[in-house]
Amino acid sequence: MKELICIVCPRGCHLQVDEDNGYAVTGNSCPRGAAYGKAELTHPTRVVTSTVRCTGGDRPRCPVKTSDVIPKEKIFDVTAALDAVVLAAPVRIGQVVITDVCGTGADIVATKNIGTSERG
Amino acid sequence: MYDLIVIGGGPAGLAAACAAWEGGLRRILIVERDRELGGILNQCIHNGFGLHYFKEELTGPEYAARFVDLLSQTGVEVRLDTMALEITADKQVHMVGKSTGYRVERARAIVLAMGCRERTRGAIGTPGTRPAGVFTAGAAQRYVNVEGYLPGKRVVILGSGDIGLIMARRMTLEGAKVLACVEVMPYSGGLMRNIVQCLHDYDIPLYLSHTVTEIRGRDRLEQVVVSEVDERRSPIPGTEMVFDCDTLLLSVGLLPENELTAQAGIDLDGRTRGAVVYENMETSLPGVFACGNVCHVPDLVDYVTAESQRAGAAAAAYVLGEKPADGPVLEIKTGDGVSYTVPQHLRPGRVEKSCSLFFRVNRIYGASEIVVSSGGTQIARFKRENMAPGEMENITLPAKLLEKASNTLTVSVREV
Repeated sequence: MKELICIVCPRGCHLQVDEDNGYAVTGNSCPRGAAYGKAELTHPTRVVTSTVRCTGGDRPRCPVKTSDVIPKEKIFDVTAALDAVVLAAPVRIGQVVITDVCGTGADIVATKNIGTSERG
Repeated sequence: MYDLIVIGGGPAGLAAACAAWEGGLRRILIVERDRELGGILNQCIHNGFGLHYFKEELTGPEYAARFVDLLSQTGVEVRLDTMALEITADKQVHMVGKSTGYRVERARAIVLAMGCRERTRGAIGTPGTRPAGVFTAGAAQRYVNVEGYLPGKRVVILGSGDIGLIMARRMTLEGAKVLACVEVMPYSGGLMRNIVQCLHDYDIPLYLSHTVTEIRGRDRLEQVVVSEVDERRSPIPGTEMVFDCDTLLLSVGLLPENELTAQAGIDLDGRTRGAVVYENMETSLPGVFACGNVCHVPDLVDYVTAESQRAGAAAAAYVLGEKPADGPVLEIKTGDGVSYTVPQHLRPGRVEKSCSLFFRVNRIYGASEIVVSSGGTQIARFKRENMAPGEMENITLPAKLLEKASNTLTVSVREV
């Protein structure tokens, strides 16, 4: 039996996961907690958020996220892949920045609308 | 003359303005001192926002954009780069703006949505030298996420509030080494999920019942000394650990920013450091409402949105002259284990179906019950598996129950 804090939502349920019984989860308040408990002990995943460079806009960085969860062990590969990215304003929320980042199946997408700079 | 002036264009001000527009007001002005709307959400690029309100997981900028989009479909006027300097009891707002200069605007109602500031090194009196490299966690967050600067490479974090935890992960992802997170209390000040996903995920140790007892370095921070503390939070000699670091981030609490509120003569609550509010977020000055972090600091922006919508709707009702029967006022008292409540006052005559009551407990509780009583008689009871000061509690009191109360309502907590 393994004790976990669920990170799916801010409620932070205290989960018990029975590794010897098909990763049965108790202590969860919703089905997503059960899925998290099992995934966390089999193949843990996370959403990654960061920023990338942005030129021609009214600010120097554009915040981004992975469009889906990615394997936890790929987090630093993904952040390294972001170092090379330079976006050009204008940027729209949801705009794909990198497709299938590091072979995870998830895209990197912009999370902020950035207009072009008045100074050009 | 405006129907409503909203001071602050963060999540609270945006939600209040939208709700007031929906409530029928047409001359609404938002005064925002930053260059864009969205407030602190603009620098909170991590995800986890909106699970309650939008039923999906958004980042801070995305959550803000939803409300900026909503606002753009209204005729609400926005003044950016404009700082409110003073509000008066007769609802004049003095402001100074980059392009508009000094203006005095009058309003029929005001929503206070100024948010909060971080406590600084000065507020906690940490001994030592005064080198560069000591930042509040939120300032560092702005440098990294908005301005694009990394404030340092080897980091110690003092305080385990959510911003400190989030920054532990953020600095790590940007290539810095976070050596430790140090918390003076025996429990974390942040959400459990942030301990897990920001510290445990990156093997960052959390030292509970520890604090920074010396800051060393001449020009730039070179070392911090961390000591264990006893039950009275006094450092225990002989427990010192020295960390070589160039950056110390402080996540040691947030202070609602209420200079304008105090100036206007509005009653403040020493426990929340925000205005004393009624069930509709109205302050002691009729027609002036307060919501969001300026009132108290909820864990989630979703709660800020909900209470700000109530404030905006109530401001609209006030301006449109809906005058509900005043009736009796219940004073909400903090009983055993409860450090504050919002609202602090309640008018049962104005509660339609039910009323939400937010509060924090003053220590970690296991299985317990929340008891609401009036004049020594219990009128409601709620069970909880566990409670912690870092996690805000929320109970819903149906209007029918409130009929049973008179003069005071006391909220207390006991372990079972």
